[in-house]
Formats: sequence, structure tokens, C-alpha cells
Amino acid sequence: MGLLSKKDAALIKDPLADDNPITIQVLGICSALAITAELEAAIVMSISVLFVLGIGNVVISLMRNIIPSKIRIIVQLIVVAALVIIVDQVLKAFAYELSKTLSVFVGLIITNCIIMGRFEAFALGNGPWRSFLDGIGNSLGYGVILIIVAFFRELLGAGTLLGIKVLGDPIEKTGVYAFGYENNGFMLLAPMALIVVGIIIWVQRSRNKALIED
Amino acid sequence: MSKKTDSNIYTILFAIAMVIVVGGLLAFTASALRPRIDNNERLEKQQNILYAMGVNANDESSAIFVSTDEAPELFSKYITKQLVIQGDDVTEDPEAYLIDVKKEQTSAKAGNKRRLPLFVGTKDGQTFYIAPIRGKGLWDAIWAYVAMDANMVVQGAYFDHKGETAGLGANIKQRYFMDDFIGESLMSNGSFKGITVAKGNNDPKNIEKNDNEVDAIAGATITGDGVSAMIKSELRQYVSYFKTLK
Repeated sequence: MGLLSKKDAALIKDPLADDNPITIQVLGICSALAITAELEAAIVMSISVLFVLGIGNVVISLMRNIIPSKIRIIVQLIVVAALVIIVDQVLKAFAYELSKTLSVFVGLIITNCIIMGRFEAFALGNGPWRSFLDGIGNSLGYGVILIIVAFFRELLGAGTLLGIKVLGDPIEKTGVYAFGYENNGFMLLAPMALIVVGIIIWVQRSRNKALIED
Repeated sequence: MSKKTDSNIYTILFAIAMVIVVGGLLAFTASALRPRIDNNERLEKQQNILYAMGVNANDESSAIFVSTDEAPELFSKYITKQLVIQGDDVTEDPEAYLIDVKKEQTSAKAGNKRRLPLFVGTKDGQTFYIAPIRGKGLWDAIWAYVAMDANMVVQGAYFDHKGETAGLGANIKQRYFMDDFIGESLMSNGSFKGITVAKGNNDPKNIEKNDNEVDAIAGATITGDGVSAMIKSELRQYVSYFKTLK
């Protein structure tokens, strides 16, 4: 990343690895459970969060010196809610099909703790450009985990990826189903998302001992 | 550290200004975009109704509507009559498809006689009766357009939802769920029975069409129950009209 200074590049890179919002900061866990039953939803959610967190971080960062500290959480909530609602309305007017896919996520985005978490932890204390990079970095880190979890849940739970039957047809008994393989319906339920996230955390910490707390 | 942004007066003024700015912005966006959004919703209703009676651009496995450009023209071509049923009164209303089912349900609860819209369509010599229905899923509203023949045998259905779980309940709008309803009868031995979204009916391919059951989606029990309940309570109200057709 020749364009960015080393410090700025770290804002993008760290959340992808050792400062991941989901596995290390434990932000955005709720949506990681709610919408990782299929890959497509996880991708759509990741892209939406990328937009909202990138822009939201910049807005909060620009306002950081005039926000009264007593009501800063409320202000953050209003900014993100207004942003999401305006985008939703514009999509409904000009890209109705897309807005139908996204409308399910509107509530999830507003209440997503990764958004509030980054506003509070970073944007309130840093300039707009660095906040923007932080927003992009963290939403990418969030998206990576979401997509990994969704990949395994959809593959093992429904035998599909992005809705395509990659393992054969469970009703017609083709592909691997011909050999007696069955979909694990349990993978589609929320607890399995926690377990998959747990496995990712385990793998990550066993590779990097510095992450293990005493 | 005492900054000017810590004072109470500043906080209150900031809050007031914020409310005015954000409120104004949202109100402006909403009212400026309202006509376009209304138009989009109107076209979507037409697409949904046409979809239920089999006028769609489906490929092998996914549900695809006719395009929004064609929808109004096809709608006036295929939908021959739009009826409003209120008790025993049946009137024609060319705007019946704009009736808000949710509002009618609320006003029926308040003791008013409910207006039931029913759209009559003809395609390839076959007559379809399409009813819009609405109910509750796990998280939020679910609704459907159900196309029937004069004997209340389902000829097509389009389901949709506001916020069911992605990958589970949200799959009620997938072809493999909706298409199962085709051929199922809502009646059983001359009386109304509805169609139940059943677990463990041992009929995943839905070959048995006379059991008033379709196969449920695993992991979406509450949404499925919502679909069953919606079909039962809403379509029951149309039975008396269908009796007059015979």
C-alpha cells in the first residue's frame, strides 16, 4: 500500500488479523449469528456494513469536537439511524429490487454494535481520513469472519453455496447424497454460528500466542 | 477538564438543533421520494399478482417477475376483473389491488365489515381467482398472493416477508417452497380446511396433493406455522364467495 503511511495501512490490516472486530474485539457477534445461515446474506450484510461504517466514521469524526460528551451515544445512534434510513429510502425510490434484498438488514445495521463500537472507540478521537480507514478495515475484518462462518453453515447445513447445490440434490439423492450423506440441519441454527466463531478464535489464538490473555 | 461542550445549555441546544436538522432531513427525503416509492410498490403488487397466476419470467429454479415496464400492460391484459367482497356485496373496483390488507384487518378488528379484494384473471382459457393475504411470521409480517380455481384448488402462490431469518424463514419466497402449493386443495370433503405447512409429512417432493399439507422448511418452524395460520384465517373468509360460483 504505497499510498498509505505505515500507520494508516495498519488501520486496514490489523482488523483483518490480530485485531479482528469479531474474534478479538467481540463486536458484531449478534449479526454474525443472525445472518450467516447463507452465504449471500452474509455478503450483502458485509457490503452494507462497509458503506455505513466507512461513511458513519467520517461523519462522527467530523463532528467529534462539537458533540456534547453527555449525549454522545444518542448522537451516534441518530447519525447511524438517519444514514441508514436515508439510504434505504433512496434505494426504495431508485433501486427497488435491491432495496427489497437489503430491507431485512436495516434494523440489524442500526443496532450492530460494531458500528457504535468503532464510533466510540475510534472516530471520536481521530481525524476523518484515519477514521475512514478504520471503518473500512474493521468492516472488512467483520466481513471476512461473516463470510467464513456462512460458507461452512450453508455448505454443511443446506448443501448449497450461494443457493447452488454444490453437493448434489438431497431429495433426488444425487451427488454425495447418493452415498448416504445427509445435511446437518443443526448447522442452520444460531448456536452453530457461535461454535464456528469459537473454532475460528481457537485457530487464531493457537497460531498467535500473543493473543492469549492470562 | 471543562470544555464548552460539557455545559448543560450547550448539550440541550445541540440536542434541539440535531433533532431539527435530522428530522427535517428525513422528512424531506421521505416526502420527496414518496411518489416514486408509491409507484414502485404499485408495480410490485401487479408483479406479485401476475406471478401468482403464472405470468412470470421464471427460469429453472428461481422466481423472476415480469419486468416493471411490462407489468402495467400485462396486468390489464390478464386481470379481467377486480372484485371487492364485503359480506354478501360484491362490487367491481378497478383499483381494488391497491386496498391495504393490513388496514382492512385492523378495521375489521374494530368491528367494521372487512373489504376483501379478489382479482379474477384469465390465461389460456383458465380462470384464476387471486387473493391477497397477510399474517405474522417469526419476526415480522408475512404476506402472499394465492391464485385459486373456482374449487379453491391452489394454482399458484407468491409468498413474501418483511424480516424472516435469512436462510431459514426467508426461504418461503423460494420456488421450492411456493411451488409445493400448486395443486393443493384448500377444501377437504366440501368444507374449508386450509393448507398446513407440516413437519414430518414424509412427502418432501409433495406428490400427495389431497392431504392439505406441504413440506415445511427445516429450521423455520414459526414462520411455517405463520404461513399455515395465515392461509387458514384469511382464505376462510373467501369461502362464501367461492360457494356462489357454483
